Parts: sequence; structure tokens; C-alpha cells
Amino acid sequence: MRHKEAGWKLGRNTSHRRSLLRNLVTSLIVEERIETTVPKAKAMRPNVEKMITLGKRGDLSARRLAAAYLMTREAVDKLFDTIGPRFGDRNGGYVRIVRTGWNKGDGADKAFIELLGSEKVLDEKRQKRAETRAKRAAETKKAMEEAEAQAKTESGAEAGEEGEKKE
Amino acid sequence: MPNPKRRHSAARRGNRRAHDAMKAHSLSECPNCHERKLPHRACPKCGYYKGREVLDVEEAS
Repeated sequence: MRHKEAGWKLGRNTSHRRSLLRNLVTSLIVEERIETTVPKAKAMRPNVEKMITLGKRGDLSARRLAAAYLMTREAVDKLFDTIGPRFGDRNGGYVRIVRTGWNKGDGADKAFIELLGSEKVLDEKRQKRAETRAKRAAETKKAMEEAEAQAKTESGAEAGEEGEKKE
Repeated sequence: MPNPKRRHSAARRGNRRAHDAMKAHSLSECPNCHERKLPHRACPKCGYYKGREVLDVEEAS
């Protein structure tokens, strides 16, 4: 019987666990989606929902309570300005946890946790990431081509053959 | 202290292990790319789950 075992300890003492959860909740509010392990995602969910409830209340007292828990000013502002109003007509269930796979090293079950209705923000973020990735790829390609050309001109036939093999 | 009286034979060991075999995972089909994937999990091939939920999947290079 699994009685009296509610919650997650996450292998940490109280202060460590509290810090971890505060960090996770703050990151989730700022980033809208974070990737973590399934137990951590499940452990942070009630805390996230409590914060969002504070964000919906929106008064000064709620703001102070949120500021006492969240790690950054930025997160508090975002919680009250954009996230609270977004969930005005929803009673709980503000986050989504989707399992993705396992860590390679320790086999931990991974998932991402995201705020509902964050699809647009996340899509924009993804696009930006793709753009920077493409830019970086183009830069490295260019640099490699330049280096190859230089090697060819500098050390004649031998280096040229090697370059061709790589291609 | 109680101790074993007799050595267990190889057959006894084998009989004990008769139920230790591993079972294959039951896999479901991804509705987006029709690959076989683990149920209740985002598809590792196409990054979809429940119609949306795109993860960034590296293109095979």
C-alpha cells in the first residue's frame, strides 16, 4: 500500500528541493517551455499553478507573494502582465507535460513542460533558433571552404588530394 | 543461523529463471509519420504528439 507517500523528494533535502523547484518554476514562467525529467516536471506542476493563480489575482498582496517565491523580477512582471490574464477563464490545468525520451547517461525519463497557449511564442522561438543555426552553419561552411582553398594554394598537390578525399 | 543444506542443480536454477524473460515493448503507430513509437510519448522520428507538439528533430545528415 502506497499510503502517506505523497509528493516527490527528488533525492534532495528540503532547502535544496525548494531552491530547485523555485528555479524550475521561474524558468518555466520566463521561457514558457522547459525540458526536464518527468518527476521534476510533475513535482513543479502544483507550484506553477499556484503562481499562475496569484498572477490571476493581480493585487499587491499576490504580487508580493509571487515575488517571494520567484527568483527574478522579470518572471514576476511577466506572470502578472501576460500569463495571469491569459488564463483568466481557466480553472487550473495550466501546464502540459509531454514525455519525450531518455537521457543517454543515466536513463532518466525526460519530458518537456509548457504553459498552455504558449504555442505562438514557442514557434517564434523555434524559428529564431533555426535561423541562428542556419547562419552558423553557413558561416562554418564558408570558413571551411576558405581554409580548404588556402590549403590547396599553399601546399600544392598533396593537400589538394586530401581535400578531395574529404569531399 | 540457517544455511543451505544442498547445492541447487542447474535444472533448478533454470526452472527458477523460466519466468525471468523480458517482454518486448508494445509500440503504437505515430499518426503523423506512421513510424512505430512508444505510446504516450512524443514521436522521436517526427516530433509530433497529439497532432502538434513539434519537437525539434534533427534532419538526418
